Amino acid sequence: MSAATGMTPASGAEAEDAGALANPRTLVDFVLRARTFGIVVILALLVVVTALIQPSFLSASNIRFVLSETAVYALVAIGETLVVLTRNVDLSVGSVVGLSAYVSANMFQTHHGIAIPVVFLVGLGVGLACGLVTGLITAVGRVPSLVVTLAMLYIIRGVDTIIVGSGQVVANSLPNSFINIFHASVLGIPDLAIAVAVAVAIAAYYLKSYRSGRDLYAIGSDPEAARLAGIPIAKRVFIAFVLSGSIAGLAGVVWATQYNTIDATAANGLELQIIAAVVVGGVAIFGGSGSVVGAALGALLLQTINVALNVLGVPSLWTEAIAGFLLLVAITIDRGIQLRLAAALRKRRSHLGA
Amino acid sequence: MAPDPTRAAGTTGTAGTTGTAGATGAAGAGDPAGGRGWRARLAGGRLEPLLRWESALVIAVVAVALLGTSISSQFLSSYNVFTACTGVGDLAIMALPMTLIIITGEIDLSVASILALSAELLGDLWLHHWSMGVIFVVVLAVGTLAGAINGLLITRVGLPSLAVTIGTLTLYRGLANVILGPASVSNFPTSYTAVGVNGFLGISWLSWSVAIFIVLAIVAGVMLRMTSLGRSLYAIGLNEEAAFHSGIRVKRIKLSLYVLSGLVCSAVGILYAFELSSATENIGIGFELQVVTIVLLGGVSIFGGRGTILGVALAALIYAGLRSALLLTSSFNENDFEVVSGGLLILSVLVPNAAAFAGRGRELFARRRARGRLRAAGVSDDA
Repeated sequence: MSAATGMTPASGAEAEDAGALANPRTLVDFVLRARTFGIVVILALLVVVTALIQPSFLSASNIRFVLSETAVYALVAIGETLVVLTRNVDLSVGSVVGLSAYVSANMFQTHHGIAIPVVFLVGLGVGLACGLVTGLITAVGRVPSLVVTLAMLYIIRGVDTIIVGSGQVVANSLPNSFINIFHASVLGIPDLAIAVAVAVAIAAYYLKSYRSGRDLYAIGSDPEAARLAGIPIAKRVFIAFVLSGSIAGLAGVVWATQYNTIDATAANGLELQIIAAVVVGGVAIFGGSGSVVGAALGALLLQTINVALNVLGVPSLWTEAIAGFLLLVAITIDRGIQLRLAAALRKRRSHLGA
Repeated sequence: MAPDPTRAAGTTGTAGTTGTAGATGAAGAGDPAGGRGWRARLAGGRLEPLLRWESALVIAVVAVALLGTSISSQFLSSYNVFTACTGVGDLAIMALPMTLIIITGEIDLSVASILALSAELLGDLWLHHWSMGVIFVVVLAVGTLAGAINGLLITRVGLPSLAVTIGTLTLYRGLANVILGPASVSNFPTSYTAVGVNGFLGISWLSWSVAIFIVLAIVAGVMLRMTSLGRSLYAIGLNEEAAFHSGIRVKRIKLSLYVLSGLVCSAVGILYAFELSSATENIGIGFELQVVTIVLLGGVSIFGGRGTILGVALAALIYAGLRSALLLTSSFNENDFEVVSGGLLILSVLVPNAAAFAGRGRELFARRRARGRLRAAGVSDDA
């Protein structure tokens, strides 16, 4: 966006024009804020209603449970958001989490006494490698990410199955210090939730303030305009996939601390939950708008619903169906907002023009 | 590795006699001329020779057959052909509505979930002692409804098909698991489960699924090639706006395709449950990948507007052959084939693009020529 303004001579008329355009932009901004606010309201309603029926839902231990359950989902949702913003999609994250979880946790079995940071690096490396492959094929090969990541979903899962074979990582092969990462908390808030919140804040700052972060929005809202504005699309999309893969790799290690017993089916189907969280969180599936904060809140909402249903005695079989249903509701609402917003902007522009 | 294009064209005729290819050969043959030529003329390029991708597929069919027979003498035995056909036939049937949908520039990722919903509903109703006739009607109605929900959200609400069908993939799979839960139903009457054991009309190598596929493929091929409805699918895929303004009822057509897809996948769900003679949780999981792989390997463009039923039939044949050949080797199992399947999918979208990539920066018509040459040769060293 800045590149486009830089190219045009800054005459007085255009400065005025830019001032007029600032108005609709605040409108868009307002609606997007309202969208995120909407999730907070729904979340609050859900918590209040559930707590009225079953007061133990608000117990400190249950809140800690919900927050730590959300950690992995919100973490992976950060990477997915970066990709979705560019009008792409990464369906391979579930497989990356599964592969990374097994490979990293298995380090404790093959290398006794290995340092925990090294294990995290291994997980990061696994994710990075997956992200590199996906990013290369998508960005350099210029093929639709939907097809590539659908294929990668099964390729990585297949590789995982081959590596795991008939074995699995069992809880008693993991050191307590590793398992405790998941259970540690400060003032009743899980360490992991704090770490993920920090990661969300960093990603949000990056997307808001860095040029390459803004580029992701530009690419997603209009790839052709982004290209004409000189944005290196292939490079940015490549980086987005690499980041998404790396974050999923890290999340795999967190997954291992959470579930301890890891086989070849770990995190199977996770990608659908993540995409549901991202879209429910207000990130447009066709790119160009949304925030990581929204995506993380989307993940929190989905997990809170799961736990609430559990507390209310609804069988966990419903989890998947509800995630799918919410995704459909979210995109329907977004479509409605988008149509009204477009109409409102058109009205303002024609009014200003007259 | 650099086959002579004229020989490739020659083999099209001879290989056309093998089962599915021959059946749809006449129907699908002219499509690229219509679909691609239209674009080529627009771009000022030359008409590309007919059936280029399909020629490559025919060579691949022969290569897979050679590979299979070299791996095991059992490869072409009637038992092995039957086994290979049974599994892939179901996928191939689902690939037909998927082909039509992708030609219009949309996608349906919920096919495997509709299959699972149907199969698990079948199992649950059978557990509750419903009569088979009523079950069929109910299951097919539910499948059609599932397709209609997809179609309505996409055409009437105006949502992107990718997002909608990812949502319904999760929703329908979730509902399927709610209906049947962890139960497993396997006491279907043997008169029905015979479809997984006996060949069609006593032909021992021909599975029911492949027989059904051949019939449906001919219908779909004729529809695509010969009817104005078929031609309008290409028009929608190439330029939806233009298609709309030339009087094509874009929304109605897309809606009917999704309804059709729901109905077909639901019928395949019933067939598949009988073939396995069981309905369980996670039935048909991941089938959407395999269906999309077959369709794209068949030369259907993921961007819409291009593709033939003949190509998809050939791709199904390659897929069945490769899977069967690899499974005959002792070192391969179903999970390993997932990797191969994913690789095939990436290749089928990369190869046409790699050619374009090699020629990028040249003049448009020169690039088109280069793409043609490279695609025919399957190599990129002379670019």
